[in-house]
Amino acid sequence: MARDLMDIRAETDELTTDKMWVIMGPQHPFSHGLWTLKVELDGELVTDAEPIVGYLHRGWEKECENRSYAKIVPMADRLCYAASMTYSHLYCMTVEKALGLEVPEKAQYIRVVADEICRISSHLMWLAAVGTDLGNLTVFLWCMREREYWMDLFVRLCGARMTTNYPRIGGVRNDITELFDRDVDRCVQHFEKALWDIIALIDDSSIFLSRMKGTGILTCEQCVNLGITGPAMRGNGVDFDIRRDDPYEAYDKIDFEVPVLNDGDSYSRYMVRVEELFQSCKIITRAMQKIRAIGKNAPYRYKAPTNVPAGTAMCRLEDPRGESLMYLVADGSGKPYRLKVRSPIFTNVSASKPLVVGSRIADVPVIMAMIDMCLGETDR
Amino acid sequence: MAYSSILDWISFSDIMSNPWYPFAGDYNLPFDISYKLWEIIGGGLAWLINLILPGNPVSTWLISDGVCVGGGLIIFMIVIFLVVFIGTLLSLWEERKVLGRVMDRRGTMIGMKGFLQCVADGVKTFMKENTIPKKVDMMTYMWTVSLVVGVSVLIACMIPLSDRWFVVNYDTGLLIIMAFFALAPFFILVSGWAQNNKYSLIGGMRAAELMISYEVPMLIMIGTASLLAGTLNIGDIVAAQRDIWYIIPMFIGFITFLFCATAEAERVPFDIAEAEAELVEGWQTEYAGMKWGLIMLADYFRGYVSCAMVTILFLGGWNIPFVSDSVNNFLPEIVFLLKTWFVFFLMIMIRGALARVRTDQIVNIGWKVFMPLSVINFVIVLLLKVGGIY
Repeated sequence: MARDLMDIRAETDELTTDKMWVIMGPQHPFSHGLWTLKVELDGELVTDAEPIVGYLHRGWEKECENRSYAKIVPMADRLCYAASMTYSHLYCMTVEKALGLEVPEKAQYIRVVADEICRISSHLMWLAAVGTDLGNLTVFLWCMREREYWMDLFVRLCGARMTTNYPRIGGVRNDITELFDRDVDRCVQHFEKALWDIIALIDDSSIFLSRMKGTGILTCEQCVNLGITGPAMRGNGVDFDIRRDDPYEAYDKIDFEVPVLNDGDSYSRYMVRVEELFQSCKIITRAMQKIRAIGKNAPYRYKAPTNVPAGTAMCRLEDPRGESLMYLVADGSGKPYRLKVRSPIFTNVSASKPLVVGSRIADVPVIMAMIDMCLGETDR
Repeated sequence: MAYSSILDWISFSDIMSNPWYPFAGDYNLPFDISYKLWEIIGGGLAWLINLILPGNPVSTWLISDGVCVGGGLIIFMIVIFLVVFIGTLLSLWEERKVLGRVMDRRGTMIGMKGFLQCVADGVKTFMKENTIPKKVDMMTYMWTVSLVVGVSVLIACMIPLSDRWFVVNYDTGLLIIMAFFALAPFFILVSGWAQNNKYSLIGGMRAAELMISYEVPMLIMIGTASLLAGTLNIGDIVAAQRDIWYIIPMFIGFITFLFCATAEAERVPFDIAEAEAELVEGWQTEYAGMKWGLIMLADYFRGYVSCAMVTILFLGGWNIPFVSDSVNNFLPEIVFLLKTWFVFFLMIMIRGALARVRTDQIVNIGWKVFMPLSVINFVIVLLLKVGGIY
């Protein structure tokens, strides 16, 4: 409807008011982090937009070149506070590939479980942010409440809540603890019920639906050309998930579905993420069964050499936000020669102009919330 | 000269027989209280002056009929304001606690079950630095906030709490309150312009956009209620709902009016003028410190008035149905406030459950949902009236 109004204005050249640039950010309630979205407004319609990132740039890639391989693991945690597990996992995977090191089977499954818990807590934080962007704090607090259980699971697993520092080059830091083994199934069962409360709050309300349906529409081709990855891409009808199509660790031995929706609007991106929450629960349950079958005394970590032989290695995995990739150039010493990170949000946020142009300013926070901004990894 | 006791100067006279009595034949409880208070204060003063200067004319003037009414009116204003103020603070506290429970948290916890948080907020905003941007239109910027707050306090004080607790008892009381109620969006529009800020400008425009969408169905509903009662006098409308509240014949109207009142009070889901997700704080962006605190307080005054209007028009005002008059007239003010807080409770639940609507959606809702519903409500009432049921 918004697009129709724009066409009418363009054709008749009546009702046109002076356009103005509104600078949303870097300290603005809608930008979850430090970034700016400049939008050009014609009344309330967005006619142009330009994202500006880089406020949080801290030279991560350059800093890595002065650290030994083992010391980069906790730094990889800091790339994204909401997806710390996946980034340190990705880094370890990249170095293992450069070393040609095989990870013990048990560690592979533990990494899968840890990744999926990380995905759930990250998605829950995203859902909470969607609630505030829509003007409802109940969703925010309910999601944060549920997220606490998963944070507690992280504490059981590795002792930390957010920056976990858990994966190691050659495996994981420690075996799963008894408490974790006991609580993980309880947590999954509780969450599968509790999530329905939040879904009922959102999906049974026509106001929520009317705010999300039909906004921020992208076609399948646009989405691929812009390089959008992750749930935002699967909401646009692109059926691709690295966990299934280019499996790493033990994902090829676990059954799960990849939710794909074809509408290409904010609502389908929302639905894809919510469905991923359920799928992650399934993956955790199945992976835990495998871990228990492997037994307690199986190895979970192999010793890795300090120096990496000269060469390059590239690895990618399915981050909660999209496809994250690391490219390592090693020169045979104990420090990487170059470590490049491809962050999903840096690419996704570059699509903000086609996403928001034509919508109203009130929809901008909701549309951008579906990208799930995280500035730590974007600016690095 | 004989010593005169203080009791000689304080005569608790009958206010109704006072020729200056301003309420023309209606008994007014808060005025009675304040009149008696003045008689104590003024009589004491007169007695003191008379002790020093016996037989002076000031003492007799202080206890004359006209001065007693004048002094009583000043205390009357304070009494009326204090009751409304405390009622509003209680609704603020109610929102914090109930919304907290909805969200699975405790709400504010500072003193007296969290009630003292209101006081803490007041002190905090009062002590904040009064920052004013350089390029604002100073006079408009300062005056609009005073007008928004002033109008809100005015209508809040004009709401009668019972037959005996009122400020004005005009035959057009309902219209006066609605007229003042509709003033604030204009001031918000002007204020948004005066602040020289793009967010404020959009927020002010949205306040106008919001008003054109809910004001018409709301006025139709008020007209319908007064048609049913046959009067625009608030007291008479409430008296007409002695046993059967208007929520029964006008249930559609009640639901619609509740949402219109939510829009009037600018609460979620219709708080688009201060949509914090995209407009930072909307039209209030450039107000800091105590000015912002007063605006927030005015918001709650308007919320209180909206709930009071719903109570008066649909929930029987200060009446309890099917009880004897003696019970009904025991503490009608408390009954009225309890009903108002119940309506506010509904608004809080709406806020807890819904998201904010978009600007084009609120216009759509106003003209495509509220408008037909209010007309249907009107037709039902008309049929009831023609059928002789009412």
